[in-house]
Amino acid sequence: MGWPHPIHPGETPVLSTHFGDPEARTHAGWVARGGYAALRQALAMTPEAIVEEVKASGLRGRGGAGFPTGMKWSFMPKDDGKPHYLCCNADESEPGTFKDREILRWTPHALIEGCAIACLGIRAETCYIFVRGEYTEPADILEAAVAEAYAAGTLGADALGSGRRLDVIVHRGAGAYICGEETALMNAIEGKRGNPRIKPPFPAVAGLFGMPTTINNVETLAAVPHILVRGAAWYAGLSRSSPKSTGTKLISVCGHVRRPGTYEITMGLPMDELIFDLCGGMHDGRSLKAVIPGGSSVPILTAAEVAGCPTDYEGIAAAGSLLGSGGMIVMDDSTDMVFQIMRLARFYAHESCAQCTNCREGTAWTTRILERILRGEGSPSDLDLLLDIADNMTGRTICVLSDSCATPVISGIRKFRGEFDAYLSGDRAPALVEA
Amino acid sequence: MADPTVRLTIDGTSVEVPKGTMLIEAAKQAGVVVPHYCYHPSLPSPAVCRMCLVEVEKLPKMVPACVTPAGDGQVVHVHSPAAQKAREGVLEFLLINHPLDCPICDQAGECELQDFVFQEGQAGTRYADYPKRYNPVEDFGPDVLYIPNRCILCTRCVRFMDHVAETPVLTVAERGDRAFIGIDPAHRLDHPWSGNVVDLCPVGSLVSKDFLHKARAWDLDKTASICPGCTQGCNIMIDTRDDVVVRLRPRPNLDVNRHFMCDTGRADYRWMNRGDRQETPLVAREGALHPVEWDAAIATLAREVEATAGRTVLLVGRRSSCEAIGWAMRLLEGRDVLATMAVPMGDTAPLAGIPDLALRAERAPNLEGARRLGASARWVDALEMVPEADLVLMLDAELSDADAATIAGAARVIHLTTVADPRLGRPLAVLPVTTMAEETGVFVNRDGRAQRFLPARTPPGMARPAWSVLAAAWAEGAPERRAPSTAAEAFAMLEPFGGLTHRDLGFGGRTVPAPAGVA
Repeated sequence: MGWPHPIHPGETPVLSTHFGDPEARTHAGWVARGGYAALRQALAMTPEAIVEEVKASGLRGRGGAGFPTGMKWSFMPKDDGKPHYLCCNADESEPGTFKDREILRWTPHALIEGCAIACLGIRAETCYIFVRGEYTEPADILEAAVAEAYAAGTLGADALGSGRRLDVIVHRGAGAYICGEETALMNAIEGKRGNPRIKPPFPAVAGLFGMPTTINNVETLAAVPHILVRGAAWYAGLSRSSPKSTGTKLISVCGHVRRPGTYEITMGLPMDELIFDLCGGMHDGRSLKAVIPGGSSVPILTAAEVAGCPTDYEGIAAAGSLLGSGGMIVMDDSTDMVFQIMRLARFYAHESCAQCTNCREGTAWTTRILERILRGEGSPSDLDLLLDIADNMTGRTICVLSDSCATPVISGIRKFRGEFDAYLSGDRAPALVEA
Repeated sequence: MADPTVRLTIDGTSVEVPKGTMLIEAAKQAGVVVPHYCYHPSLPSPAVCRMCLVEVEKLPKMVPACVTPAGDGQVVHVHSPAAQKAREGVLEFLLINHPLDCPICDQAGECELQDFVFQEGQAGTRYADYPKRYNPVEDFGPDVLYIPNRCILCTRCVRFMDHVAETPVLTVAERGDRAFIGIDPAHRLDHPWSGNVVDLCPVGSLVSKDFLHKARAWDLDKTASICPGCTQGCNIMIDTRDDVVVRLRPRPNLDVNRHFMCDTGRADYRWMNRGDRQETPLVAREGALHPVEWDAAIATLAREVEATAGRTVLLVGRRSSCEAIGWAMRLLEGRDVLATMAVPMGDTAPLAGIPDLALRAERAPNLEGARRLGASARWVDALEMVPEADLVLMLDAELSDADAATIAGAARVIHLTTVADPRLGRPLAVLPVTTMAEETGVFVNRDGRAQRFLPARTPPGMARPAWSVLAAAWAEGAPERRAPSTAAEAFAMLEPFGGLTHRDLGFGGRTVPAPAGVA
């Protein structure tokens, strides 16, 4: 369902089937809709069998990196005698991304069930769900659902009467984008400043509280119950394109489309079909200019690059960008690309954790140069300077926030150079820039 | 079995290092300094400054040398064009918000930002037309000011307080380029070892109030020494300008004090600059003290010792060297001697994160040396003996008024001292000696580690090292005796050290096994 719009025939509702249905939020309502059958099933399975099923489904991480989920789970050590942890990354803060929000709001029990199954797969009994600080309504709903699940005996010391302990703890963030980075998220749960950690060690070796930890995105975990109930083969078959991109994907579309919302599509749906059919296309008299397909940190695609591009990991990569989180920002011909890129850079400058020099200083410097160009005060050498700064910010830091700031700058200048030149030459009047 | 090692090539030099050694340390073995800011060998590495990125063949990205273990067969490039460009980029980023107020900055001349920018930075900046980040100076603690505008956020100070002092009062506040080092508003930076953050700061962001605007780094002469503050024996540098001691700083010794010293030791240098020093030998004649040449003074000392029939009480000051105590004992050899050292007591202050490192209660750097050389009587016992003693020989001991009154009543007193003490009445002789800051010598710390110190400033007037005065008097006792002419010779002749020489001790010192019978 293209929530908040009615379901579109081009969608494939799996995770979004119950979006908009308040009864699905309740424990009883969820059970009535077939909920917690997958958990019951998983409780009868070995951890290896659960991991194998997820591996066979081809499920890949929906948070942005697209790492195969089953393989990630299989990295967890066996018989190491240490407590294992599951972290669920619900710190959905990437500009343009709001698909996890709908899962948290409408089907919190789907997430709880996915967390519980994943715990069984990685031999953990505790899951922390780290919810973005600004998501107050989703967090309230999730907390209510967790309380219900405990009251119903679905979670707790004797989960579903299995004699096994399963705990889910909701941890609210305080509003820092960087806490969506997996190791920063773990630091934040530990009560420390949310700074990304150096890897290695990777979380599967030393993660939360120094213990073996798996961290998965909300959408990834919410897909797991479906895979168990309906089978890996079914899930893997939900693909129109590459066998490496399976299942459905929630795409949150925002910007200049008639029906912005969260759409669930099978992997491989052509991007122009998504934009022009499902989302209703551009407003009257407007034409498509650019799309940022996977959250603000991926390269910008031009309208020409969007045409015929399959919406899956491989298709978007071939077009020169990334599926990322599935947060799609659509821009029509009224968009000032220089301004939009400045806004993105300003966001990253604001959110840089300040650890790495390149990111701390580079994001702020990049922003100032873009603001200068927008004020009509840029110089012709500014574009080369921006590209050189971007080069110094790419691949040089602990996490990829720095790279994420450089990416739209590089692709923006490469693909929309004329707009920059118009400001630099004075052909275009200075844009208003606050502050 | 030997620990496993790995062999790798760094900038063309092949080195073998223990497995687990980080590239930055392995590079040192190859004679290559990898420029760095956040890395410090006595702190955990956060790899945040990104200065130490190096190229490793076959790896897709440059890696931070401070947290990347050396691997067998690796080929590492520190000075390749790509690595150099990366550092150039970091330096340019660091200078965006760094004020370039070097002409008024205490760190100038010993600033790692200056050094590396000079070495491989760019002459100009492309960050034109913008104001730099501004935050006001903050008073962090009794001797520490924070000048946030100069801060490069390396977090060494934060990590020192977190992991070494284990008193986490500092943190990084704010984010992005607005970040600065914040202090817990309920606390001050007053931990007894907090002064180390000033040394750790690679730029002039954390500065010592005591040293503020006192001297330019390039005007300082630096002398390896041992902290005279307590029995710990921290290795230090005495920094002087024009013969005036302006600060003490820790000198790395991984076995004693790593890279640190306490604030008590750090502040304990003003006495080195005292102006009211005894500069001339004085000998009592016809009821008054008269200035004499050293030959006459030494002859008096030798004669008076020779004339001593009864007990001699030897009172040794807390900063007396092994050479001084040893030669005093030799001068008095064969006589009835009761020798003791004055040991003031104070509070202890451990540095939690480093085992066996603390400001010790016994504020005497050579207490263990004194014991090994036979000056092991209790001070109060020795003072009780003073009224019956035939001779009281004093080696720059600090006295309470009561002790001074007791000694003033003694029959015969010879005072080897740095400062005249009018409370002592009229000694037989007052002989000017050097302080530990003006002489070469050895202290033995509480763990039996003998460590050398070197002269940092010129002795005033005619002052001589105590050992040379005492040895010269000893040589007068028999024609075949030849006094040592250097402190090194003087030390080598001391029996409790079994023939160890200054050269053997080097600059790191050496543990001397305790002889049987010495606890």
